[in-house]
Amino acid sequence: MIDRIPSGFHPFVLPFLAGMIFVLSYCVYGIIKILVQLPGEDRRRFYLSLVTPKTVLKNIRDIFCDCLFHVKLWKRNRLLGYMHSSIAFGWFMLIVLGHVEVILFLPHRIRLFYYPIFFNYFVAETDSTIQGSLLFFLMDFFLLVVLSGIVLAMVKRVRSRLFGMRRTARPSLTNQIGLYCLWAIFPLRLLAESFTAHISGGSFLTVPANWVFRQFLGNDLNMLPTWWAYSIVLGVFMVVLPFSRYMHIPAEMMLIPMRNAGLKIRNARKGFARVQVYSCPNCGVCIDACPMSVNKANIKDCTVYLTRQLRRGNERRITEISDKCLLCGKCQAVCQVGVDGPGIRILNRAERNYALKPDYSSIDGTAIGRASAGGRVAYYGGCMTQLVPSIGRSVTSLLEKAGIDYRWIDRDGGICCGRPMWTAGRLKEAEEIVRKNEELIRATGAVTLVVSCPICYRMFRESYHLPDIEVVHYVPYIQALIAEGKLQVEHDDICYAYHDPCELGRGCQLYEEPRQLLSQVVRLSEAEKNRAESVCCGGSLGSLSLSFAQRENMTRAALENLYHSKADAIATACPLCQATFSRYADRPVRDIAEIVDLHAKANKQNKQAI
Amino acid sequence: MMDFGFKLSKSATIDLDRAGTERYEKLCALSPDARTCMACGSCSATCTAASFSGMSVRKVILGLQRGQDVRPLLSACMLCGKCTLVCPRGINTRRLILNLSKSYD
Ligand code: SF4
Ligand code: SF4
Ligand code: SF4
Ligand code: SF4
Ligand code: SF4
Repeated sequence: MIDRIPSGFHPFVLPFLAGMIFVLSYCVYGIIKILVQLPGEDRRRFYLSLVTPKTVLKNIRDIFCDCLFHVKLWKRNRLLGYMHSSIAFGWFMLIVLGHVEVILFLPHRIRLFYYPIFFNYFVAETDSTIQGSLLFFLMDFFLLVVLSGIVLAMVKRVRSRLFGMRRTARPSLTNQIGLYCLWAIFPLRLLAESFTAHISGGSFLTVPANWVFRQFLGNDLNMLPTWWAYSIVLGVFMVVLPFSRYMHIPAEMMLIPMRNAGLKIRNARKGFARVQVYSCPNCGVCIDACPMSVNKANIKDCTVYLTRQLRRGNERRITEISDKCLLCGKCQAVCQVGVDGPGIRILNRAERNYALKPDYSSIDGTAIGRASAGGRVAYYGGCMTQLVPSIGRSVTSLLEKAGIDYRWIDRDGGICCGRPMWTAGRLKEAEEIVRKNEELIRATGAVTLVVSCPICYRMFRESYHLPDIEVVHYVPYIQALIAEGKLQVEHDDICYAYHDPCELGRGCQLYEEPRQLLSQVVRLSEAEKNRAESVCCGGSLGSLSLSFAQRENMTRAALENLYHSKADAIATACPLCQATFSRYADRPVRDIAEIVDLHAKANKQNKQAI
Repeated sequence: MMDFGFKLSKSATIDLDRAGTERYEKLCALSPDARTCMACGSCSATCTAASFSGMSVRKVILGLQRGQDVRPLLSACMLCGKCTLVCPRGINTRRLILNLSKSYD
């Protein structure tokens, strides 16, 4: 292998060089800007994580799994996974192998960073070695891998269903330019390398292609223009990259270490949230996942459009999109990069200024709490349970059957848990409510707080500080009562489909416990989409602007998902889900507490105790 | 003054001819569904804040129509959403409350 061009330079590399320099400077500027925007504490945490060996290893593993192999997409749909990983990993390997070639054959050129990209133009093959042909084979092989991915990408444009996607995001102009460049880069590379293969050598792809071309072309005049075209397309791609979805390639490199450092988003427009927004490749997986997408008009409110509008800075649309969402969290659960769609929306809502501030000083938490003091266990039903009283009745009936010394602390009205206020973006006001409620609960003197609404439960877990009080959702609590023998349950043959409430499942990660408890008393069958992919009932308080009519379609779609199981009835563990489903369901909708209560008997000893 | 253990209550007369309804109109522009309230009182019956500030969406809407100051009522609302769930007219009461809170500037 020898240098064919003594100077090691040809003007055709200039467009590539210009693009590369532009994109690198843009990224350096971006990284500095993001780091400056991070709150000091987060920044320290991030730097610390970069020198902690464990996190560093995790970062490397995640970068390979997420950015190159797209493991999450493979799990979703193999074709989709193959398409993304073949392009990403194939391209990565072409770059790596290009460097290996230069190091191996022309080590003095390694400082010219266009050399690995245009290697074949600059060299002439003098002898063939095993190493050389293996490298050339690998280069052709990975080029083929990328090309297969590109072909699939073209097919996906017209037939997205093959890839498990009903709807995809409409590409914007810069995305389109980037897309066509990406499609053109690799065929051009194949052509350029093929035209050059009789000089530089090649392998199973480029050598036969070279032979074919030479049958009817007879000269090398096509060589240079093709290398020019290849370089220009690369250059254009790099120039549009920061303004298109392909920005996700560098952004993800930043996102993964930040995520592994345990950073949380603190401002909708800055720091980590910004990195998340840029890391979204507009894959569109969140469109089909979003319960709002059953309404054609609401497709544009899905998270993929939130990230797009945040990048464009279109304030009117950002407000609209932020207010519409149910905050069910499904888009985040399916998102390959983990864009916190609901979190970013809440922080966007928090940027609004309300002239009228609530004033909770008239609420005396301690006095309300004292009024229901006395039990070791306090039961907090929450606002929604008051609207679905059967749940409160069933939970307390179970507690009684088990002989528990409890008090229903908000039976005659109490204070809201604060989550609805929090999700409306009024974070300070929500904090105030939380503080009042903490006072109230401490004043009851209970050591265990049983909660029946997952909305409250999530709030208690995430925002309350009650160090000496154990907060449990009733599902694990009743499970424990049964395990201890305080409750006896009978099994029945009726079949239930369990709906995972968003706040209990995705919000608090309780997926298996409700199923275990239910299957102790009834038969269970699964909905089409369940657990982390369960479909929101559409009744969520998270949305500030969805109308009842729009919600109806969502509820019906969620019910269809449950009907798929062919169950006789529907079980849920959230008062709001129950109230919402009951409106349109063609079969009974019951809370787990109700179902268990129907099948539970008190242990005889408990009865004597009472 | 001698304390008789009772006193004259403030006049509750409302002069609808002179009531300023600008705020109500402003609210209706943002939350047009406010106009569909039929004062059924479902929201009053469920309101979490009722026992603290006498809050109820019905009272707020009526008050605005009469040009009264409803801010004291609103002060304890926790945005819990019970009123939205029970409203037979499907009024998005939380949005209404947020819009109203924004309009005081
Ligand atoms: S938010 Fe996530 S799922 Fe949605 S388009 Fe972006 S990367 Fe894909
Ligand atoms: S949180 Fe739920 S409703 Fe909101 S955008 Fe994501 S999937 Fe859609
Ligand atoms: S009501 Fe239930 S299903 Fe609907 S958003 Fe809330 S938790 Fe999710
Ligand atoms: S949202 Fe406000 S007005 Fe409505 S029920 Fe709750 S506290 Fe009352
Ligand atoms: S429930 Fe609805 S219709 Fe009835 S008074 Fe309240 S806001 Fe008006």
